[in-house]
Amino acid sequence: PSTRVARPLLHGYFRSSCSWRVRIAFALKGIDYDQVPVNLIKDGGQQLTDQYKELNPMQQVPAVTIDGVTLSQSLAIIQYIEETRPGPALLPADPQKRAKVRMICDLIASGIQPLQNLYVLQKIGEDKVSWAQHFIIRGFVALESLLKETAGKYCVGDEISMADICLAPQVYNAERFKVDVDQFPTIKRLNQTLLALEAFSTSHPSCQPDTPADLRA
Amino acid sequence: MHVSLRCLVKPLLHGYFRSSCSWRVRIAFALKGIDYDQVPVNLIKDGGQQLTDQYKELNPMQQVPAVTIDGVTLSQSLAIIQYIEETRPGPALLPADPQKRAKVRMICDLIASGIQPLQNLYVLQKIGEDKVSWAQHFIIRGFVALESLLKETAGKYCVGDEISMADICLAPQVYNAERFKVDVDQFPTIKRLNQTLLALEAFSTSHPSCQPDTPADLRA
Repeated sequence: PSTRVARPLLHGYFRSSCSWRVRIAFALKGIDYDQVPVNLIKDGGQQLTDQYKELNPMQQVPAVTIDGVTLSQSLAIIQYIEETRPGPALLPADPQKRAKVRMICDLIASGIQPLQNLYVLQKIGEDKVSWAQHFIIRGFVALESLLKETAGKYCVGDEISMADICLAPQVYNAERFKVDVDQFPTIKRLNQTLLALEAFSTSHPSCQPDTPADLRA
Repeated sequence: MHVSLRCLVKPLLHGYFRSSCSWRVRIAFALKGIDYDQVPVNLIKDGGQQLTDQYKELNPMQQVPAVTIDGVTLSQSLAIIQYIEETRPGPALLPADPQKRAKVRMICDLIASGIQPLQNLYVLQKIGEDKVSWAQHFIIRGFVALESLLKETAGKYCVGDEISMADICLAPQVYNAERFKVDVDQFPTIKRLNQTLLALEAFSTSHPSCQPDTPADLRA
């Protein structure tokens, strides 16, 4: 019980889409949390220190210390928050809708983002931009097709879910790599809806404690 | 769909014998004692049967597995497995305690986001010549982290002493590691867990070596 009083602690990076997913989840649930920035570039990458390795042996962000435990993997963290905190549901009640939400989350979190994260792009080298564009476009072609079937106001029907939490940060990544999102009208429309929500704007990469001055909103 | 209708129509798995993601779903069905039908999707033949317009209707990402169940077609193996978990009785595939559930999911996602997508067929075809060392690199990197996590979480199984989705993800990934000649002996907890799992009926009956589409030269 006394450990529940300590605020969750997020180790993340302003521009990490996976970290942003967790920030959105906390914001949607109205949960105050503290941040420890992990600069993925500076000092050769602060995620590569032995100290950070203790928190996440995969040496990636985010990692969250909450209720006395440290968790990694953004979707595992978000589902833990969902299962232990009240407030707006991040998953629908109906099992088939839940499956559709998870399908969209995993398309992004397994099918797109891992192919364009910093570590992989550093290994790809010179061709990194076209590599990233390729995997984002490939994933968005599939995602646009799925979302045409599932989306209402949000990714799945008319209630916000983990699918929306995954979508907006991935669109942000797409824009960073100069992918023209106009070719995906459902994705574009959903993203615009989401960015207008307070939980998405307060958690946005442009206004985090570690956002560099030249990228601040 | 009414429960009785649901029980009459067997789930249909579109998969490939050697796809680790397809094997995860086969294990889940086997653990739950659910009969299902398979439609093999050969990822190599005819330029890759997953690339047909017909298959694209089932899964726009053009990957396996896809499962048609209860009147809906789902893709993404972990989404499928959690749907099975939430709609079918039988041994639980996730623990009851939220922190244990989070640890199970953390292990699943380390594999399903942190390792497998970097060594699947599509990516290796893009990498070209260096594909084996690329695959080995990402598997070893992931297994180093996973071994560290599992040392903390594992009992008889990946998380404590009850089988879970983490085990469902682990064995197929070890199979992939062995295919790429990664020496799993350097990961003693992973090795031990994998040996325990392969001895279970649900893992052996669903194994790539004995599926309807397993080629004759790879059959057990």
